[in-house]
Amino acid sequence: MPANAVRIRLSVNGRSHDLEVEPRTLLVHALRDEIGLTGTNIGCDSSSCGACTILVDGQSAKSCTMLAVQAEGCDITTIEGLADTTDGDGLHPMQQAFHECHGLQCGYCTPGMILASVSLLEEYPDLDEPGVRVGLEGNLCRCTGYHNIVKAVLSAAGKEA
Amino acid sequence: MIPAAFDYVRAGSVEEALAALAEHGDDAKLMAGGHSLIPLMRYRLVTPGVVVDVGNLNGDLRGISVADGTVRVGALTRHSELEHSAELADACPMLAHVASMVGDPAVRHRGTLGGSLAHADPASDLPAAVLALGATLVARGPGGEREIAAADFFTGFLESVLADDEMLTEIRLPVSGGGWNYQKFNRRAQDWAIVGVAVAENAKGVSLVNMGSTPMRATAVEQAVAAGASAVDAAALAADNASPPSDLNGDAEYRGHLARVLTERALKAAGIA
Ligand SMILES: Cc1cc2nc3c(=O)[nH]c(=O)nc-3n(C[C@H](O)[C@H](O)[C@H](O)COP(=O)(O)OP(=O)(O)OC[C@H]3O[C@@H](n4cnc5c(N)ncnc54)[C@H](O)[C@@H]3O)c2cc1C
Ligand code: FES
Ligand code: FES
Repeated sequence: MPANAVRIRLSVNGRSHDLEVEPRTLLVHALRDEIGLTGTNIGCDSSSCGACTILVDGQSAKSCTMLAVQAEGCDITTIEGLADTTDGDGLHPMQQAFHECHGLQCGYCTPGMILASVSLLEEYPDLDEPGVRVGLEGNLCRCTGYHNIVKAVLSAAGKEA
Repeated sequence: MIPAAFDYVRAGSVEEALAALAEHGDDAKLMAGGHSLIPLMRYRLVTPGVVVDVGNLNGDLRGISVADGTVRVGALTRHSELEHSAELADACPMLAHVASMVGDPAVRHRGTLGGSLAHADPASDLPAAVLALGATLVARGPGGEREIAAADFFTGFLESVLADDEMLTEIRLPVSGGGWNYQKFNRRAQDWAIVGVAVAENAKGVSLVNMGSTPMRATAVEQAVAAGASAVDAAALAADNASPPSDLNGDAEYRGHLARVLTERALKAAGIA
């Protein structure tokens, strides 16, 4: 361990993890490499693709643009823990909607896309189709052309596209 | 990329943050939301030896209050909090609107008003808003507190009058009743403005985004409007004192054209000239 490593405790998906990390460790690397939750993807070096989106205290955040040390004291939700945030024992309604509307092809953007969408509906409950498109502007998908993603989010919001 | 190694200090109060800045001098950097600093550190354009994290400070530093004709916004208030504040929608709607135009929702959940101003990026949206709105910035340092007019704050590319050992704590704005408008022109989702124009009637302010090395006021336009010029005539002066950059998004001449067109639109939409 490098000389300036620090001990932190991260709360991820309701479980607490004691880690020793360098302050420069990005949160996404702590999640993937230290905790082993590889559902959070890395798609760029410029904070622009949203593949690494997670929920921090319920709000979307790009985990490549946070330090692991910054996240101490926050409740983090990754795609692995999303289903557990609902009462049912199946998928989260947003996951179910992506499944039913075929809102993915290769799946690389999907964890970030789903978490960004959960946060989006929480923040803007009255979204219409253009609102969903603008609201997901920070998440890039190279496969779907977005059409079915937007459909899935509207369907999860109870509005058929 | 991963930032160069640094030591991390999580400040529990403004005093602790100021003490850490005083101790480490220009080797230290404050971090609020980290949404300008972390990208710069990842590209290793900035390599502080010590990062002083003030992102968890709450109280007066985070939130909005309105009293006696003045809106006070804590420097650590996040963009999304500006965007959704009912008080701000009432007392200073342009600031709430401009905050809603920054980046994407995830960026707005983390980025702070103080961080956006201290970063002093001429391409950023919120500096132009506070310029047009005639804001006062409050900074604390070892010698106590001082007030800085927004018009005096920005000094160069990513540079302001803030000293290495000072911290922005509050932004004060007059309660604004008159017309206002913000034009942000960009061609890619979630991007910075290629050019932007902010207009606020009751502060008599017109300001420009990405038209020079600093966020700037369009003083020639302001004077023309004050003298009763039409929107078309006033907007023709929008690029007069500007020295816009040329880059992949557009050359200086194109930016000058955009500034004139957007200023005319903004003045008309605000119903000012
Ligand atoms: C993908 C992406 C897209 C974006 N798009 C836009 C956009 O469209 N428009 C736009 O305007 N911005 C945009 N931003 C920038 C965003 O608004 C930043 O949040 C903001 O510029 C900086 O705020 P921060 O709190 O994150 O500051 P930090 O990154 O924490 O700090 C920035 C600088 O300010 C200093 N600082 C921070 N707080 C204080 C303080 N209280 N007192 C003194 N100094 C301080 C730091 O030392 C540092 O030098 C974008 C950012 C990203 C990552
Ligand atoms: S990996 Fe975080 S935004 Fe691209
Ligand atoms: S499904 Fe492949 S990137 Fe979105």
